[in-house]
This record gives sequence, structure tokens and C-alpha cells, in this order.
Amino acid sequence: MISKFIESLKSFFIEIGELSYFTGKFFVEVFKRPFEFKEFIRQCYYMGNKSLLLVGVTGFIIGLVFTLQSRPTLEEFGAASWIPSMVSVSLIREIGPIITALICAGRIGSGIGAELGSMRVTEQIDAMEVSGTNPYKYLVVTRVLATTLMLPLLVFFGDVIGIYGSYLVENLKADVSLTLYINQVINILEFSDVIPSTIKSFFFGFAIGIVGCFKGYNCKKGTAGVGKAANEAVVFISMLLFIIDFIAVFVTNIFYDL
Amino acid sequence: MMQKKNIKPIIEVKDLHKSYGTNHVLDGFHLDLYEGENLVVMGKSGSGKSVMIKCLIGLEQSDSGSIIIMDKNMNDIHREDLDEIRTEVGFLFQGSALYDSMSVRENLEFPLRRHTKKFGVIEDTTPLVMEALENVGLANTINLMPNELSGGMKRRIALARTLILKPKIILYDEPTTGLDPITSKEIIMLMKSIQEKYKTSSIIITHDIDCARVIANRMILLIDGINYAEGTFAELSASKDPKIEAFFK
Repeated sequence: MISKFIESLKSFFIEIGELSYFTGKFFVEVFKRPFEFKEFIRQCYYMGNKSLLLVGVTGFIIGLVFTLQSRPTLEEFGAASWIPSMVSVSLIREIGPIITALICAGRIGSGIGAELGSMRVTEQIDAMEVSGTNPYKYLVVTRVLATTLMLPLLVFFGDVIGIYGSYLVENLKADVSLTLYINQVINILEFSDVIPSTIKSFFFGFAIGIVGCFKGYNCKKGTAGVGKAANEAVVFISMLLFIIDFIAVFVTNIFYDL
Repeated sequence: MMQKKNIKPIIEVKDLHKSYGTNHVLDGFHLDLYEGENLVVMGKSGSGKSVMIKCLIGLEQSDSGSIIIMDKNMNDIHREDLDEIRTEVGFLFQGSALYDSMSVRENLEFPLRRHTKKFGVIEDTTPLVMEALENVGLANTINLMPNELSGGMKRRIALARTLILKPKIILYDEPTTGLDPITSKEIIMLMKSIQEKYKTSSIIITHDIDCARVIANRMILLIDGINYAEGTFAELSASKDPKIEAFFK
């Protein structure tokens, strides 16, 4: 029992070491020529554009449900007019980035894990290497850059749709106009709400890309390995997202205190 | 058998060792490949044939031993030199390894666009792509995706992708595995015709006796990580050694 625990602890730390090396390699390769610009754009399109619907629908429902759930309680205290402020601050600071990142972990992270895993198993990565291409640069660097860049944009999109969902409820329940709602949102938001959450989103995007690529790129042989890589990618990314979120909030609070 | 004593081999492998943990896959393997020769390496599944061929092209690192390809030592080779060697050494993968997300044209263009040192930057790749596809008899598949091709067609397209760089040496990793007997025969004949047309030298990893019979100038039997026997097909198939006989039964 104890030896099993020690074994799994050992393999966990080995994996962390390998992931650190894999991440370090990214920072070496990203500045080296040739830049795989075409593939980078393709990945941006694939990850960004094709995630819009999912992120939009989720954001809309969250804004809608959040407002519907909190309205009765706030009404009891005569604070229903605070709904736009409350929804926008919580969406932009926390709920928007983390929910969007979790959705992307499931959709993009597992997708990358499965795609690269399948390429590894079917020797496509080896074929790329033989074709005079650095597969790490072509497959990993482009995907990690694309997720890092696309996630903040998706978070912004999800936030806007979420706020619009909240407005619809307010409009139906209290006949609040769009101008009034938007004014209240803008009045309450400060740069100190938007900037940390945007920076956090970049880190979320990076984590999704690098872990997805790491799991897929190092996939063990066999089709079972591909499924395992995709599954492990989602679990690992989700855990990492919460850790990054905690650190981000902690660091932001230190800056507030200063 | 051809007399090779005074001719320098284009691939020279000496005392190659490779282990995975306690599993010694290659334990002092050696081979010489001469210009224009088809060398077949046979062995049971898991005997280290594919590992050996991947060590040759730098996809796997050997633990010890020397690999010299066209006078270049693969053990201390720079990335640029390795890429240059790879334009001269084509590799046909066991499962074809076509890029799923690319069409047949893009699959063939991929190495052309990358190995710019050999051909320079090519504006219009169509003539070269068409030539390679015509060589394998599949000119009409240029715009298809890999998932629209049969197993045999995939293998042919993979061969066309290998040929497009006009390599001097082709390494075949189990070229007929997973194919029906008729398609296997077609692939073997195709390999033979390519060798005659382009005067390439080849190392063919296989356990397909028919393939070895048709194509081999010389054969090596790889057993327990070493060269167990070496000779022509006729010599080895006439052997009374039970271990060798087992391959030909």
C-alpha cells in the first residue's frame, strides 16, 4: 500500500519534471526560425472561431441564470438595482475566465491531446521529423501560442454575452433599458477588475495549450493511449486552472493591498 | 551474390545496441548496404527491426555503436546535416503515416516545401506532385483526403511522398503489413519498379516471405538483437537450421 503510494508520488514528480522540460523547450523554440505562421493562423481559427458558439451559449446561460437566481434575494433587501454591478464584476473578475477556461479545457485541451496522441501513435509526428520539419515547433508552439492568444478573446466574448443574458432578465423583470444597464456596468468596472482577469486568461490559455500538447505529444502507443492522453489532459488542465486562479487572486490581492 | 569487398557501403552499421530498460532490443547488430542493392531484414515481431531502421534515420537514439550514412556519422550529426541526409534517405512508414488533416497534394508538398536546400523554393509544385503520383499510379487522387483512400492506396501515396524528394536510399518499414495478398503483391512490384527506375538502394524490414523472395538481393535474419544469418534468399531458404527454417515454412 505504502510502496504503491510512493510509486505514484514518484511518477507524479517525474511527470511534473517532464512537463517543466517540455514547457522550457517551448520558450526556446518560440523565438527560433522558421515561424510556422500559416499553421498558427489555422490553429487560431480552429480554436477561436469554432469555440465561439459553445462559449457564447454558456456565457449567455450563466448571465441569465445568475441574474434569475440572485434577483429574489437582492429584492428582499431592496438591492435589485445592484444586479448589473454584481453580475458584471463577478463575471469579469472570476466566473467568465474560469468557466470559459474549463470549457476550453474540455473542448480544446482534450482535442489537442487526442489529435497529437493519434499523430504520435500513427507515426505522423515521425513522418514530419523525417520531412525536415521540427514537429515540436510545427505542432506544439503553434497550438500553445494559439490557445494563449485565443482564450482571452473567448473570455471577453463570453463576458459580453453573459452580461447581455443578465440584461435580458432585467429587461423582462424590471423593464431596465439597455443603456441604463450598460451604464451601470461601465460605472462599476475599473481597470483593476479587467486587467488582472485578462492576464489570468493568458495564463489559462497557456496552461490549456501546453498540457494538451504535452499529453498528446508523449502519448504511449495504442488507441487506448490516445483516449488516456485526452482524458488526462482535461483532468490535469482543470486542476492546473484552479491552482493558477488561486495564485492569480492571491497576487492581485497583494497588489490591491499595496 | 554480388562481390562487394572493394566497394564502400553507403550505409554502414556497426555493433548497434539499443535497450528499453532491461529489454535488450539490439545487441550488437551490424549491416552494410551497397549502392543499388535491396537488403531485406527479417525477424519476428518485436525483434527490433523497426527500432533498428528508426535508429538509422535518427528517429531513435542508439545506446552505442556507429551508423555511417553516405560518409556522415549519425552519432555526432548536426540538425542541418541530419535534414540533408533525410532528403537522400526516404522512409516508408508501416502504417503509411499520411497527415490526416492534409489532402494528398498537401501531403506530398509538405516535404518539398520543407527540404528547400535540395530543390530551392519551388513556386509551382504541381509537376513534381503529379510525377510522384503517376509513379504510383494514383494521379487521380490528388485532391482526396487520406480518409477517402483504401489501405493500399494510402501505402502508395506514402511511397509517392517518399519518392518526391528523389532519395538515393529508401527505408521500408514493413511495406506490406496489413494489406491483402493482391495489394501486397502490387506494392512489392511497385517497389521493384521504383528501384529499377530510380536506381535506389533499399533496406526493407519485413516478415513477408513473398516480398523477400521478389525483392531481396541479400537478406539478414535478426534474432535476439543480432545478425543470426545472412545471405541470398536462395541460400537462406535452403538452410537446415531450425531457427532459419521457421521463417521460410
